[in-house]
Amino acid sequence: MKPLDGLIVLEFCQFLAGPSAGLKLADLGARVIKIERPVKGEACRQLSIKDLFVDDSSLLFHTINRNKESFAADLKNPDDIILIKKLIAQADIMTHNFRPGVMEKIGLAFKEALAINPKIIYGTITGYGTTGPWAKKPGQDLLLQSLSGLSYLSGRKSQEPVPFGLAVADLMCGNHFVQGILAALLKRAKTGKGVLVEVSLLESVLDVQFEAITSFLNDGGQLPERGDVKGTAHAFLSAPYGVYETQNGYLSLAMGDLLFIGNTLGIDLNDYADKHLWFEKRNEIRQILANKLLTQTADFWIELLQKKGIWCGKVFNYEELDNQPFVNELQLKQTVKNSDGKTLVTTRNPIQLDGNYLTSSKAAPKVGEDNLQIHEQFLKQ
Amino acid sequence: MKPLEDYLIVDFSQFLSGPSASLRLADLGARVIKIEKPGTGDICRTLYTSDLIMNGESSVFHTINRNKESFAIDFKDPLELEKLKKLLAKADVVMHNFRPGVMERVGLSYDALKAINPTVVYASITGFGNHPDLKDLPGQDLLLQSLTALTWLSGNQDDGPVPMGLSIVDMLAGAHLAQGILAALYRKATHNIGAFVQVSMLESAFDFQFETITTYFNDGGELPVRTKNNNAHAYLGAPYGIYKTKNGYLALAMGSIPVLATLLKCEALLAYPENKFTLRDEIKNILATHLQTQETQFWLDILEPADIWCAGVLNYQQLFAEEGFKVLDFTQKVTMLDGYSYETTRCPIKIDGEYFVSTKGSPKLGQDNEKIIKEFIAV
Repeated sequence: MKPLDGLIVLEFCQFLAGPSAGLKLADLGARVIKIERPVKGEACRQLSIKDLFVDDSSLLFHTINRNKESFAADLKNPDDIILIKKLIAQADIMTHNFRPGVMEKIGLAFKEALAINPKIIYGTITGYGTTGPWAKKPGQDLLLQSLSGLSYLSGRKSQEPVPFGLAVADLMCGNHFVQGILAALLKRAKTGKGVLVEVSLLESVLDVQFEAITSFLNDGGQLPERGDVKGTAHAFLSAPYGVYETQNGYLSLAMGDLLFIGNTLGIDLNDYADKHLWFEKRNEIRQILANKLLTQTADFWIELLQKKGIWCGKVFNYEELDNQPFVNELQLKQTVKNSDGKTLVTTRNPIQLDGNYLTSSKAAPKVGEDNLQIHEQFLKQ
Repeated sequence: MKPLEDYLIVDFSQFLSGPSASLRLADLGARVIKIEKPGTGDICRTLYTSDLIMNGESSVFHTINRNKESFAIDFKDPLELEKLKKLLAKADVVMHNFRPGVMERVGLSYDALKAINPTVVYASITGFGNHPDLKDLPGQDLLLQSLTALTWLSGNQDDGPVPMGLSIVDMLAGAHLAQGILAALYRKATHNIGAFVQVSMLESAFDFQFETITTYFNDGGELPVRTKNNNAHAYLGAPYGIYKTKNGYLALAMGSIPVLATLLKCEALLAYPENKFTLRDEIKNILATHLQTQETQFWLDILEPADIWCAGVLNYQQLFAEEGFKVLDFTQKVTMLDGYSYETTRCPIKIDGEYFVSTKGSPKLGQDNEKIIKEFIAV
C-alpha cells in the first residue's frame, strides 16, 4: 500500500512550485483534486514550451499535473464556495499559492478552513514570506535566483551572473512543501488537530545555498568567486573539479589527488605539489589539464582514468542519455493516458518504496473532468 | 511541539546527500545519531572547500551536521556490531548512502534489521540504484550532472557544458529521501508497518528535469538550445535573462516586447511586435545593448510600477543588507559542545507559525558515545 492512500488533497495552487508538490503527494498515494476555475482552468494549461500541447492543455501542464483529478469551481461565486467548503470539510490537506490576502478575501484563510475542518492541514507557498518589503513582489523563479545570490555560483568569473537553466527555486520549494506537509501529517497523527504549513521560494532557494552562505557567514564575508576557465563547476572547489573538452565531446573530473591525476594523464604537475595551490591556482591548473585532454577522445581518457579509480564521467546530452540502456532498465520513463486515450511519455517519481517504483498511468485531467464523480461522492448530502 | 519529536534516526550516511536529509529531519524534531568510523568519522569532516576550516573541521561538515549526535563505533567488528544492533533495534529510521552491497556485507541489510526491528523505516541513497553496470560508479554530484545532461541548460550557447555551481543533485536526492522517510513514517504511525525507501541521485536528477526531459520525449527529440547571450532558460523566449546595466545587473523574466520597448524607450525593439521565439537572440541583443545605458535602479523604477517581472541581481553582501532578507530571520547561531559557535542558515519550513531553530552545533567525533551506550547498549 502507498503511504498516503486514502488521503484527500485539494490543490488550489497554480504553475510549478505548488503543483509539483501535489504531484509528489499523488505519487505517494494521495488523491489530489485540483480546484480550477471553470472552462479555462489553471493558468499553466495555456503556458507552453515550444507550443507543445497534448489536448487543450500544454505538455508542460501535463508533466506537472498527471495523476490528479480536476474539480471546476468559481471561487468568486458564493454557490461554488459552499461546495468548496463541503469539500474542505472532508479533505485532509489543502494547498494554495495565492499572494497574501487573496484567500482571506474569499473566506478560505487557515482560520476559516479550520472552523470547517478542525483537522485540516493547510499549506501555503509565497514568494518571499508574508511580511517585509518584498512580500508583494512577483514570486518568479529567475527573480528569486537573482535576488538570492544564486546566479553568482555558476559559470565563469568574467561572465555576467549565470542563472541555473531551470526553475530551481520553484522545484526546491515544492520539495520542501512536500516535506512540511508530510511532517504536518505526523503532527496531526499525534495531536488530532489541524496544522498550518508555510514555505517560501526565497527561503527554499537560500536553503539550497546553505553551504555557500555558511562559508560567507564564517570567513569574514568573502564572496564566492567562480573560476575563470571554461567548464568551471563550483566556486569553492579546487582543481581539477570541472568539465573538459576532448577530441570528441566532453568529460567531467570530480575531486581527486591532482598529482596522481596528472601522472595518469601524463602531465607533470609537480609545481603544484602544495595542496593549497590546487585552489589558489585552479585556473592555471585547469587550463593545463584542458590542453592535454583536448588531444584524445573522451572514451580514451575515461578508460584510462577509471582504471585508476579516478572520479570522472562523460557529459551526455539528452539524446545520448536517452540512448543508454539503463534508462529503460531502471524504468526512468512511464507512459500516461488521458480520458480520451491519448498517451504521452514522461518521467516518474524518484522514490522507490518497498522495492516498487511509484508509478501511475493516469494523465492530467481536463478542466472539471471529475466534477460529476466528486459531486456524487462528497456533495450530495 | 515539533512534528518529529520522539523519533529516533540512526544515520550511517556521509558527505552531503544523506546527511542533508537527516539534518531536515533533525530540524523537524527527530533525534539524529550519526554512526561514524572511529578515528576519521564522516569523510566530510576533512573535505575542505575554499580552505575554510572551522574548529578543526570543514565548514561543509559543520553546515550539514548541526543538531545531530555522533556515535563512533567500528561496526565492521562483530562485537561492536552486536552492541550497535541494540541501538538499531530502537530506531524508527536507519539510513545510509553506501554503495549497494556494503551494508549487506556487514550484516545490516533491510532484512537483517527487520529481524530485530520489524517496523523500522530503512532508507538508502545510491548513485544509480542497483543497476549492475552502474552500481560501482561513484555517485558524485558533478558526474551525475554530466551524465544526465543537466549541464546543457545553463550558460550561453557557446559556453560548452555549464554545471550548476553547487551540489544540486546531492541536495535533491536528500530532499527526496526525506520525503520518502516522512511518508513511510506516516504509514508507520497509522498502520504500524515498516518500509524500505530507496532514492538514487540518477532518479533525482531526472525528476529535477521532468519538464525539459518530457519535452525532449515529445518534441521529436530536439536538443535544448541555449540563447547566444543572456541565457537563463533554453526553452524560454526573450526577454528571459540577466542583463548588464551601467552599474550592475538586471533580471527580466516575462514581458511583452512592445510594452518593454515603450517603457524602456528602446525604439529598435518595436521591430519585434510578435516576440517570435526564433528571434530571441536578436531581441536579447538589442535589450543587452540598451540596458547598459542606465543604472539598475533606473530601470527598476520604470518597470516595477508597470508590473513587469524584474529584479536586481544581488550577491550575498547586497542580499544581507536588504530588509526583505532581514525579515526572514534566516540565519541562526549554533554552539558546539566545546563552546565553539558559528552562524549558519535555518530550516526553510514553518509549521504552525514556528520556525525550526536549534542552537545545537555539529558534534565532535564520538562525543555522544558515553550517553548512547548508557541509554541503549549497557542496559
